[in-house]
Amino acid sequence: VQIKPTIRSPRHRLRLLIAILVVGGVVATSLVAGTASGSGKDKITLRVSLFGDFGYHDLYKQYEATHPNIDIKEDIQSYADHHANLAKNLAVGSGADDIEAIEVGFIAQFKSHPNYFVDMNKYGAKKLQKRWLPWKWSQSLARNGVQIGLGTDVGSLGICYRRDLFKQAGLPSGRAAVSKLWPTWQKFMAVGKRFQAHAPHGVSFFDAGSNVFNAMIGQQNPAYYSRSGKVIVGSNPAVKRAWALTMQGIKAHESAGFAAFSNDWNTGFKNGTFATVTCPAWMMGYIQGQAPNTAGKWDIAAVPGGGGNWGGSFLTVPKQGSHQAEAADLVKFLTSPAAEKYVFKQTGNLPSQPALLKSPAVKRFKNPFFNNAPVGNIFATSALKLKPQILGPHHGDIQTAASNAIQRVEQHKQTPAQSWKQFLKDVKAVT
Amino acid sequence: MSERTAMPSVTAAPVRRIGIRSRLHKLDARWSPYLYISPFFLLFIAFGLFPLGYTAWVSLTDRTLLDPHPSFIGLDNYTALIHDSYFWNAVENTLGIWAISTIPQLLIALGLATLLNTGLRARTFFRMSVVLPQVTSLVAVALIFTQLFSRDYGLVNYMLHFVGIHNIDWEAGRLSSWIALSVMVTWRWAGYNALIYLAAMQGIPDELYEAAAIDGAGAWKQFIHVTIPQLRNTIIFTVIISTIGGLQLFTEPYLFEPLKQGATGGSARQYQTVVMYLYEKAFAGTQFKFGYAAAIGWALFLLIALISLVNLLIVRRIRTAEA
Repeated sequence: VQIKPTIRSPRHRLRLLIAILVVGGVVATSLVAGTASGSGKDKITLRVSLFGDFGYHDLYKQYEATHPNIDIKEDIQSYADHHANLAKNLAVGSGADDIEAIEVGFIAQFKSHPNYFVDMNKYGAKKLQKRWLPWKWSQSLARNGVQIGLGTDVGSLGICYRRDLFKQAGLPSGRAAVSKLWPTWQKFMAVGKRFQAHAPHGVSFFDAGSNVFNAMIGQQNPAYYSRSGKVIVGSNPAVKRAWALTMQGIKAHESAGFAAFSNDWNTGFKNGTFATVTCPAWMMGYIQGQAPNTAGKWDIAAVPGGGGNWGGSFLTVPKQGSHQAEAADLVKFLTSPAAEKYVFKQTGNLPSQPALLKSPAVKRFKNPFFNNAPVGNIFATSALKLKPQILGPHHGDIQTAASNAIQRVEQHKQTPAQSWKQFLKDVKAVT
Repeated sequence: MSERTAMPSVTAAPVRRIGIRSRLHKLDARWSPYLYISPFFLLFIAFGLFPLGYTAWVSLTDRTLLDPHPSFIGLDNYTALIHDSYFWNAVENTLGIWAISTIPQLLIALGLATLLNTGLRARTFFRMSVVLPQVTSLVAVALIFTQLFSRDYGLVNYMLHFVGIHNIDWEAGRLSSWIALSVMVTWRWAGYNALIYLAAMQGIPDELYEAAAIDGAGAWKQFIHVTIPQLRNTIIFTVIISTIGGLQLFTEPYLFEPLKQGATGGSARQYQTVVMYLYEKAFAGTQFKFGYAAAIGWALFLLIALISLVNLLIVRRIRTAEA
């Protein structure tokens, strides 16, 4: 208050008062903020980067409650952007989150550069190895023995179908009867023909040729890569067979011709323009998110041709992060049996751990959105039957090229033979 | 600029005894302008020239994104590029989309500018609103137009069905996808160009129009014989700017693509632009072929330089024809 004598005019006084208030305010608020964050140890923020909702929100809260010094933030990007940005950030050495999800289509590429990732075995993952399906564990295991990530879910297969549309087309609609209709993919295409003959106007049997094709490929071993790591797309009769069957379905007008994950495809769910969708377990959550108005109209039948896998992810810890130990611990928590069970009930993402797949909690789980289908039993059975597939570094690129190839036929731009030829050329260019 | 900076040294020359002060003054007058413009050039070296040179180096290697230990392979990437039909397809797409977006866009801009130059009511409001597309987020524009042009539930197809045209799959066709993209580009840039034309139009002296009116020229003839010739330099400027922009087209086609994984520009690469092809090779999926993508980048640079050169020659010819 010694400034008082020097003040000359009321205007000056006002200015000074404002200045003092502002400065004082800033100091006070920073003090408050300081004490808030200063309680206990230094607070650490762990960032988790995903490519969709993994159903983790409640789990974060749970973890934060038991670890008061940890704050968890989640970043979600689209599937393609997420993986492209991860690659960029790894290459430049900064910008990646503490925890990064990697989808199975990309895991082979990333694990061929294990030096970018923390070895989960160094944080005790080795002792937990028995938790996971053996093939899930080895999918993220690099050649030099570094385990770059822990498995979240697997995409074991089923077929989601619309009961109401099946009824209208004069087909059985109960899930046991429907499963019996298509023990093989040949039979599936034949059912499609029957469906199309009496289908409601503007409704197709399946959504996209590429989705049917991906399911068939997901059941093959080997598919795109041989055991020695060679690309065998052109010479593998199983790939050619899957292609021919898909073409047969398109020719019989069974496909709605959508590009999977496009806006039109999303709208197609809402408007019911297709009667079946290839359903990896994670697709259940997608359908519920896209078309909440169709609750109860769906059901799930067994996939033709036995077990198969499409999709599923891993959580990794990039080495560039500054809280590797904390991040690795959170990864272990998010992939723990309790967490995977919780996520399954929330979103339908199927656990990648056999003990869980056999547990009554999963086996007895029913999903009301899908007419109370015993989704736990359907998908767990399919997952346990599954023949693991050899993946190569460009599996995802080949899948994209295949989707484009099938779309060219669906859009009447090329004959199946022309498109197949270009597909093989594309495969050569991307691998 | 150069005349002004030269002035002080000329006036300083006749002084016999050159003191330190005037010497400093001379130095100041001579070099200060360079100092003042140096920030731009320093930034340009850091963010323009260096990346250009570094990209040139990368294009001579087999570098992939995740493997920072490349080996030198000379011009292999470029020879591969010359024989790469997908590259030439991308060049063709880029030029095609550029042609059908730039020409209507500049014509619309001219028309808009002429309208805005007349004594409209609420003139400022209209002038402001034509640049509104410019301040709209490009991503939002692309997403909304993609929905407008969607096959089954798009507004454009809905409108067309009233005139008996049914369900065009805009994205699937080559020409139809080009048209959809051109509409996006035109919507975004026509107003901007209109504003540039408007500014130039206001610089045209009224006497020219008065003289034309006395000679009996109507509005249309005035437009053709007075406005257009007076705008010639401005038109050339807008053509060059939209050429450079058009050849780098990326965001619109990238977001237009329904299958968001490969950046292939449609199932048959019907609208994959050069920059999209670069992105496909460098970042999309797991190809990560950085060396090859760098070569595409340099090829695009050369292409733009070439087209700009052609533009320049045309401008020269017009100037000499004038003289």
